[in-house]
Amino acid sequence: MKIIVCIKQVPDTSEVKINPETGTLIREGVPSIINPYDMHAIEAGLQMREKVGGTVTVLTMGPPQADSALRDAISMGADDAVLLSDRAFAGSDTWATSYTLSKAIEKLGADIIICGKQAIDGDTAQVGPEVAEFLNIPHISYIRKMEDITQSSIRVQRLMDEGYDVVESTLPVLLTVVKELNEPRFPSLRGKMAAKKAEIKKWGSSDIQADESSIGLKGSPTRVKNIFAPGAKKDRKMLEGTPEEQVDTLIKELKGIKCL
Amino acid sequence: MPVIVNIDKCIGCEECLSSCPFDAIVIKEGKAFINEYCQMCMACLSVCPEGAIIETGEVPQITDYRSQFADYKGVWIFAEQRGGKVVSVAYELLGIGRRLADELNTELSSVLFGSPESEAQELIRWGADKVYMSMEQIFERFNDEPYSKLLSTLIREHRPEIVLAGATPVGRSFIPRVAARLRTGLTADCTSLEIDKDTRNLLQIRPAFGGNIMATILCPNNRPQMATVRPRVMKRGPYDEGRKGEIILVNADGISSRTRVLDTIKETSDITVNLQEVDIVVSGGRGLGNPKGFRLLEELAGLLNGAIGASRAAVDEGWIPYSHQVGQTGKTVCPKIYIACGISGAVQHLVGMQSSDIIIAINKNHEAPIFNVATYGIVGDVYEIIPLLIKKIKEVKGIDN
Repeated sequence: MKIIVCIKQVPDTSEVKINPETGTLIREGVPSIINPYDMHAIEAGLQMREKVGGTVTVLTMGPPQADSALRDAISMGADDAVLLSDRAFAGSDTWATSYTLSKAIEKLGADIIICGKQAIDGDTAQVGPEVAEFLNIPHISYIRKMEDITQSSIRVQRLMDEGYDVVESTLPVLLTVVKELNEPRFPSLRGKMAAKKAEIKKWGSSDIQADESSIGLKGSPTRVKNIFAPGAKKDRKMLEGTPEEQVDTLIKELKGIKCL
Repeated sequence: MPVIVNIDKCIGCEECLSSCPFDAIVIKEGKAFINEYCQMCMACLSVCPEGAIIETGEVPQITDYRSQFADYKGVWIFAEQRGGKVVSVAYELLGIGRRLADELNTELSSVLFGSPESEAQELIRWGADKVYMSMEQIFERFNDEPYSKLLSTLIREHRPEIVLAGATPVGRSFIPRVAARLRTGLTADCTSLEIDKDTRNLLQIRPAFGGNIMATILCPNNRPQMATVRPRVMKRGPYDEGRKGEIILVNADGISSRTRVLDTIKETSDITVNLQEVDIVVSGGRGLGNPKGFRLLEELAGLLNGAIGASRAAVDEGWIPYSHQVGQTGKTVCPKIYIACGISGAVQHLVGMQSSDIIIAINKNHEAPIFNVATYGIVGDVYEIIPLLIKKIKEVKGIDN
């Protein structure tokens, strides 16, 4: 069984704060981590390999420093890793990212592709399903439990708004996973040694025969127009006086609009 | 590469590093360098004291949008159903869809798979002009492939300029396949949508960076423009019993699925349901200082028949279970009154509650961002204000203290 796990290196956004004066992000000393959902995807891949045999390859697209995320995945037990890194990939949105990843997956060949449900920096959850479409294979999102896997099919639980669905699919298939699925393992000493020595394949756009007009900014249908900190409401009322007076005013206002 | 650093001018002062929302600027050998993460948002341009960061004008130019996209007309919303019944977010989409269609002076259509015709009539009463529907059995339960295949086919045939769907597990799973297939842009989980009348571009506003900041996204060179919209953020439009529209049964021959839903199991927590359905939510944050603060909030909520919410900070402290969390990674609520007690108002919290009709914020720090979205702001100690509020509400309601 050939298993590919797609991961992303992200800044630890729980550490990002906003500078209240400039409205920009303060990220000095913010560490880069493997996207937390992707940790569960790696664990899912490793557990699958333990069950049905095969190999786990981790794949990422990013700048050269994303190499460290791939080594972290190898230290957990992945067999090998591919880094898609090329200046031509710059400015990729989810469409261009998915296209690029799918070209690499075509080259590698895969029976099962696993992604985290979304990355914590973008929170789009779009890349997994888009990759599946580019590869013309089925996908199942938000997997919270693997029920059964054979060489030709898989049965899983898919998290929904009001519970879950039991879904079956043929292989090859792409899965996106949620945190409830498993508990990611810690790297072993042997894994850490392997990660140090591992040769990570580095592919650019020509290595995956990517169409130049479909990658990077040129291949991206969306544009970030601007970013901003949310502004103040125009009709807000800051109440004044002693605490007692403020509460009185509030009660009066709420009565006025028939909320009390 | 449209944004570059003129290394002759760069003095390596690192001023630009924190201006980048995408972590795309690194210092190499004492000079700034813009890497693959750059999204061309241009935020760094004005920050550089030396004017060393420049835009090189390689951004694709579209001069005449209207002639290029002239045959793309109309706003579409995808109406999701569960067990044949249209879910709430579809009516919210009709609310915003109607507004966008009116601004563009065009039609609003809805797409409905696997529901009876009576549900299509409901969509019309809530504002749709047309409903494209299929009652084929393959659509009764949600599978990504048949949904994305039929929706893509319909979009290719009828060429709407905007397609919206709910940012639910269903919409967020299959809509990306549609966008991939149609080679167009898709913006996830929007909390606000506007029209740029000159270009007919849809301004798609969403929280970015784990909800630390907001971003406006455009899809200037492709049609349709597609977005998923966060549930409970948009308001429904008016319901008109007598409203007439057109129902079009579409052909779904030859559509198959490689996935199959074997079973659907219901599992809902009472707290979640309650939090999203009550008229009043009383929410607590780190400013409460300890878990006991929630006892006080419970007293107030009980008095108002409300429910208890919490910020991520309070949940992370272990003061209250995650099921109460409101915000980007928790629940989105839209009550008549939201009372935020000791919550500073990080964007990731605001995106989960800012559509509430009335927001009352109580916080010691007069600079807390929660006051930016508040209808009524009280600068003060929660432990002083809330007991007073409880006392006065009891007086109003004629309850003995």
